[in-house]
Amino acid sequence: MKVTKYVITSSESDILPSDIAMKIYGSKYDVNVKETCFGVVVSGEEEVINSLVKEIRALDPSGIFIKERGFPPGDPRRCRGRRGGGARPGFYMIESESKMLPMISRALASKGEAPPIPEKKKPLKPKRLEEIVKEDLS
Amino acid sequence: MAKVIVYPPTSMILSDLVERMGHKALVVPESVRKLATADEIESPPLNVTPEEPKKGLRYAAVDVPSGVRGRMALIGPLIEEAEAAIIVEDPGWLTGCAGCSRTNELVRLLIRTKGVPVLDLSYPTDDAEAKAFVQKIKAFLGELK
Repeated sequence: MKVTKYVITSSESDILPSDIAMKIYGSKYDVNVKETCFGVVVSGEEEVINSLVKEIRALDPSGIFIKERGFPPGDPRRCRGRRGGGARPGFYMIESESKMLPMISRALASKGEAPPIPEKKKPLKPKRLEEIVKEDLS
Repeated sequence: MAKVIVYPPTSMILSDLVERMGHKALVVPESVRKLATADEIESPPLNVTPEEPKKGLRYAAVDVPSGVRGRMALIGPLIEEAEAAIIVEDPGWLTGCAGCSRTNELVRLLIRTKGVPVLDLSYPTDDAEAKAFVQKIKAFLGELK
């Protein structure tokens, strides 16, 4: 069965989408590859893609992320070149999550326990506010 | 290896972390792929046949908007397959398959009522939170068989 996967790089990773594309071009695998601004899209037989993404991830284990994709690269049903422009809906999700990738990469690379997170201030409850008002008035 | 459904069901970060830990992430693109790349396209362009609304009707009534039933036709079977779940609080920027708030409410409800182990989180906003986020997911997935 043919599958398609995104290989997305963290903005702080030393690996560029072009590096990944060049690695795939130079590999023994028979796959389709499309380079994008955030990474690459690879498509091919499932076993081939699985071993390929393992090799790609090894380039920067904490800075490269893999995501499934339903449509093959350049599919006319999704490709903006055929739809008159504009990003496809899934791009916005990738864009939003990409902003968090540097943090996640650092978290994956770091060892040791996570520092305790201070509890966030919660808004004052109406009942407590009423009590404060009553205290001041009495 | 456990089958773990992630919410949002299109999340790159969550599906990647689940796969890194050696489990199977249940995500919407896989359901879409089955329809979009089927050898025999019965109903072009997206191959949505009369069977898909029937699948959606198992989770939402006929008077529920078609967008909810359509999305549930993809997400519902994933929930049935799930052996564990990771739910991240709605960040407010979900689009596409995960862009319907009513569907998202129904998905979260069905996951919680299924009775599988659930990890509740929210997206990190700084490094300390990101570290805790990753460690909680690692610990949760480590306990799954």
